[in-house]
Amino acid sequence: MGVSVDEAVSTGPVRDHTPPARRFGGRGRSVLEIALLTVLAVVMLFPVLWMIETSIKENRDVYAIPAKFFDFTVTLDHFKDVFVASGGRSALSVSFLNSVVVAGVSTVLATVLGVPAAWAYSRFAVKAKKDQLFFILSTRFMPPVVVVIPIFLMYRQFGLIDTKLGLILIYTAFNVPFTIWMMKGFVDEVPAEYEDAAMLDGYTRLQAFWRFTLPLLLPGIAATAVFALIFSWNEFVFAIFLTSSDDVRTAPPAIAGLIGGTTVDWGLVAAASVVFALPVLVFAYLVRKHLVAGVTLGAVRR
Amino acid sequence: MAGIEVTALHKRYPDGTVAVEHVDLSIGDGELFVMLGPSGCGKTTTLRAIAGLERQTTGDIHIGDTLVNDLPPAERDIAMVFQFYALYPHLRTRDNLAFPLRAEGLPKAEVRERVDEAARLMRLGPLLNRRPRRLSGGEQQRVALARALVRRPRAFLMDEPLTNLDAELRADMRTEIKHLQGALGTTMVYVTHDQVEAMSLGHRIAILNKGRVEQIGTPLEVYDRPASLFCAAFIGSPPMNLIEVEVADGKLRSQGGLVLTPPPGLPRDRCLVAGVRPEALEVTEPGAERSVPARVVSAEWLGDEIIYVVDHDGQRDVRVRMPPTVRFAADAPVGLRHTGGTPAVYDVSTEELVA
Repeated sequence: MGVSVDEAVSTGPVRDHTPPARRFGGRGRSVLEIALLTVLAVVMLFPVLWMIETSIKENRDVYAIPAKFFDFTVTLDHFKDVFVASGGRSALSVSFLNSVVVAGVSTVLATVLGVPAAWAYSRFAVKAKKDQLFFILSTRFMPPVVVVIPIFLMYRQFGLIDTKLGLILIYTAFNVPFTIWMMKGFVDEVPAEYEDAAMLDGYTRLQAFWRFTLPLLLPGIAATAVFALIFSWNEFVFAIFLTSSDDVRTAPPAIAGLIGGTTVDWGLVAAASVVFALPVLVFAYLVRKHLVAGVTLGAVRR
Repeated sequence: MAGIEVTALHKRYPDGTVAVEHVDLSIGDGELFVMLGPSGCGKTTTLRAIAGLERQTTGDIHIGDTLVNDLPPAERDIAMVFQFYALYPHLRTRDNLAFPLRAEGLPKAEVRERVDEAARLMRLGPLLNRRPRRLSGGEQQRVALARALVRRPRAFLMDEPLTNLDAELRADMRTEIKHLQGALGTTMVYVTHDQVEAMSLGHRIAILNKGRVEQIGTPLEVYDRPASLFCAAFIGSPPMNLIEVEVADGKLRSQGGLVLTPPPGLPRDRCLVAGVRPEALEVTEPGAERSVPARVVSAEWLGDEIIYVVDHDGQRDVRVRMPPTVRFAADAPVGLRHTGGTPAVYDVSTEELVA
């Protein structure tokens, strides 16, 4: 059922296809604009570039003064070190695996809980709907640092400290409000009449949702899930406070743990960072269309 | 096929809004029944309650002999056509039509036969393999109609099905729906806010306002004797002139001296308003027999008729429908004369028809 939300909501066949006004028109782009954009791009991209460079330099070149930009010896040893330690898997590779499990499971949970909730908030007349939605959103107002101490204490009582389950639960709790809000925007755009028609055609309300609305929501769900996934993947504060052992740690605190001590193996840090950043880049690329549309169109009622 | 009985329907949403205050309807078997009213009057909510898409707070709904209060929409054996067509976007026309039948679990051969029949009836032949996105608005609505009738339901529910079409197409579809309903003889409940649609389609019309039924009657009854000031102002374009009158010497007399024939049985001691249709008045040369002096404010030249707006003493903006041959300039002094029969008379305080 390859139909996007856009196609699904087109009610009339004749739509005005006025091309959107181009903000950076070809001819209108001035020299100043190009210069400023170049500066911005260099400033933004330099750390990334340096990270990639460091990850493939030999240690000798990493510490060279003056820094070597181009004429260094290329090696993939650092990447090998990320995954393999003497006699088996490295601690880092375990932490990557933990990250995959924690981010993946929490995203699935948040989506499974959040999408039906968003549908219900969109379709039904719920008492004090606005207040409820605001309450749900307000849980995201606090920065994680604020709640990390009480959560630490609670987790200690329940024995959730230093467990993957503990991280999964807290990430899910943080992603559900976001999922509800973003998905509600997408659900609002799918006319309720599809479900009405399906119900008259002999389906129950849940079947109507499952068979008609859900397929139309898939692009939105994908975009929302990627956002949730990126949040869980990148999360650092909870991970460093609530976990300590190498078996449980996710990648962000594990990479941070490489820095410190007497010597820092910058090559290894850089290689681990590259490996860590790649999935985010890939996912962001996959949903690039929705990155803007999802945040501006989907989440805001037209 | 079946009639529909709605008794003391009341719908209140959890947030406190009352969509339907009190509605009683008795829709006959095979009738084309129109619910007419401004937006927010409760007509759509009533229809959705009949369909089972909304659960009424109190009140009963019977379809045929069955009390359907607790039946889900699917078991009420009705079909509905929506304003936004609601064709499944990922299915071709053929599959859209077949969908409700497959949901019922009919054998393939019968599904094909019924789809072909509906397609023939609505002349959808060349559109059967297209998806909704590639159909025009009118075509989509024809497919939506076909999808409704392919089920052979006991009743059709139509929720403003023509609102999204342009004027010309709307007139065509109106004829088509009326013809279809007549040919099939299936009960149809049709919701609209367009009085032209209501007048031209309905066997009977129910006018709703603020969640209550103001009047139920044939188009002619509703036009000739609106049951309340609301109906009087709602039906007709231009609407009825509402002229304050008093009873004197066995006549109805307006402040400006316009004389109307009184209906029998008028109460004498109340403030009355007479509803006079624009075609029951006449603009004449000043000083003509039985006329009162008036002045033309403006004239709308519609080609086949002219709508004069005139002021006469104490009564502003009286609308008069005249043939296009009778021409007066704006601002000209003219006469105003009542030519129609007995007008409908309303009590100002109750806003209801008194005689």
